[in-house]
Amino acid sequence: MDCNAGLIGPTFITGLILGAIYALIALGYTMVYGVLKLINFAHDAVFAVGSVGVFYVLGQWFGVTEPMSGVGLIFIIPVALLIGGIVSAGGAVVLERLAYRPLRKRGAARLSFLISAIGASFFVTYLMQQSFLLGPGKRGFPNFMETSTTFRLFDAAVTNKRLLIFITAILCLIVLDRIINQTRTGRSIRALSEDIVAAQLMGVNVDRVILTTFLIGGFFGGIAGSLYGMQFGFVVWNMGFIPGLKAFTAAVLGGIGNIRGAAVGGVLLGLIENMSAVCIGAEWKNPIAFMVLVLVLIIRPTGLFGEKIGG
Amino acid sequence: MATKRVDLKTYLNESAPRLSQRLPDGVVKVLNVPWVGWQRIGFFRYLVAAAFMATIPILMDKDIIPVINGSFGKSILFITGYWILLSLGLSVVVGLAGLLDLGYVAFFMLGAYTTALLTDSGSPDQFHFFIWPTWAALPFAVLVSMGAGLLIGAPTLRLRGDYLAIVTLGFHEIVRLSTNNLTITNASRGIAQIPNPQVNIFGLNFDFGLENEYYWWFLLIPAILAAVVMIKRLDNSRVGRYWTAIREDEVAAAAMGVPVVRMKLWAFVIGASTSGVAGWIYATNLSFIAPNSFPLLNSILVLCAVVIGGLGSIAGAVLGAILITTLPEVVRELSGGREIFGFDPETGRIAIFGLGLVLVMIYRPGGLLAARRRRTELAEAGLADAVVVADTTTVDEIIDDRPAQEDEVH
Repeated sequence: MDCNAGLIGPTFITGLILGAIYALIALGYTMVYGVLKLINFAHDAVFAVGSVGVFYVLGQWFGVTEPMSGVGLIFIIPVALLIGGIVSAGGAVVLERLAYRPLRKRGAARLSFLISAIGASFFVTYLMQQSFLLGPGKRGFPNFMETSTTFRLFDAAVTNKRLLIFITAILCLIVLDRIINQTRTGRSIRALSEDIVAAQLMGVNVDRVILTTFLIGGFFGGIAGSLYGMQFGFVVWNMGFIPGLKAFTAAVLGGIGNIRGAAVGGVLLGLIENMSAVCIGAEWKNPIAFMVLVLVLIIRPTGLFGEKIGG
Repeated sequence: MATKRVDLKTYLNESAPRLSQRLPDGVVKVLNVPWVGWQRIGFFRYLVAAAFMATIPILMDKDIIPVINGSFGKSILFITGYWILLSLGLSVVVGLAGLLDLGYVAFFMLGAYTTALLTDSGSPDQFHFFIWPTWAALPFAVLVSMGAGLLIGAPTLRLRGDYLAIVTLGFHEIVRLSTNNLTITNASRGIAQIPNPQVNIFGLNFDFGLENEYYWWFLLIPAILAAVVMIKRLDNSRVGRYWTAIREDEVAAAAMGVPVVRMKLWAFVIGASTSGVAGWIYATNLSFIAPNSFPLLNSILVLCAVVIGGLGSIAGAVLGAILITTLPEVVRELSGGREIFGFDPETGRIAIFGLGLVLVMIYRPGGLLAARRRRTELAEAGLADAVVVADTTTVDEIIDDRPAQEDEVH
């Protein structure tokens, strides 16, 4: 252990920002799990599709390459986030219709859902690798926002992008929390997560609510994808895999099915990961994240806050 | 395949026991000849299978089976061989016991690395443990793989199925990345100069060099057949029925007194054993292994092989492995290495196999070659959803193609 005290501050900040992105992706896992009691293995592809969607719409069609400023910037940030969200939400809905619903109708075994989701994920991921889409290499994300340091905190530069990620993540979590706990849709989702048969008997349209769940989870995944692209400046065909796995770990850490848990789990994992990168070595970052996952599952499979959707 | 409607009670009394055990041929039982034991395993059938497999290289030499891309075409035989071993092992875990293992190639990797570390003779910058004969490393490679199955299985098998999937996936990444970082395993540089095995029979010395591509295939034939015999025998034993019970309904199985965790562990350990053999063969054949030769993708591809071939079906696992390894080669040959509709043959196949997984799960849950027992179960699946009505309920039974006289045996 040779933790450099001077690096703790910056590591904390980067960990927090990464954790915010994980938390946003984790929402998709946790919501689908809350309702269907299934791990949505294809959510990593949903996340990647959002990022790639922004790349295509802004970067390729509208040719946004120059950093903007002033009104243009204020206009384009929500547009980019929305595009990512909508593309991913669409992807998630298509996924539910094609890879989940037929199995649900047949009453297939859990194993079938997992295999189907893995298949869908690999299909989308490797489709993006083909030359008619992204191709095998990294592609530049439309660079519409110039990185600049807004202020400094704990010796760390808090850039405008990091601030944006943090604020967006917090806003998204608040919005989702409100949706789940205070709207009619949210009530249906909670009802489904309690007891799917009872909810159906009470007149909840199960198919529509499940679709909505995928849609909401996909939407936030897409926003995360858009933010991820802005922060790291590239899209690549397999970009979903590692963040997806980490976000899943975050969801499990906080208690899968639990939305507030996903938020805390995401930030916690981001911090653990970055701290271990500094203290043990950058090459051990990913193994340690996975070891956290395995340990949490063995010691406390319900996560820190238990498996309960809604507050 | 005709269908007949039978009474549920009759079905359970008569057909169900017959489906779960293979009775020896009545005639042999009466005569009680000494090789009745061989007969039980179906020894002669395997002899025929071995003979057929042995002729494949000859057929390839004579161009009856077209050889693709010269020398690489011959090594496809070897690649297919060890993939068959892998998919057979995974079919025990996923197909028979119903445990989704997404990190199966980690066991394969451990087998290969054990072999490499035990036998290594080369690489100056490398940690030298022992310098053992190649053959002596084989049992240890298998033991390490099985031990790893026990190690990852013991704490996690109490978890729900989907958690197990993600833990095994994490396990694969932990093993691969740790190997990539540790100095003992020579980090990302990998281990080189793993010696080839030597065989001396009746004064004939076979040197397994890369130039003797077919020797490896002859090494793989007994390994594959042994794995097939093992899995078939296990499937038809009490252990196999335990696995089926666990796969279909874990809670019910536990209530009936099935030692659920122990049986799951057995599935994990036995499944890992064939990957140990495959790892040994892989390491000694290539003489060089590195962490990047074992990407997570391969774990998923083995799963594709098992699922597309048919969960729980041995023939399916073999067919799946053959498809996974040869299909891209055939496509590449036919397309002359060019892209087809924009699909690159090498990476596009994974997209296609991914789609295959979804389609198989939706339209043909039993896979291309569905296991006979599972086929019967799937025929009943419609029943499971409906409200169960005792005695009077009828099911469609798929009459299997077994000769009628066998029915009289029991």
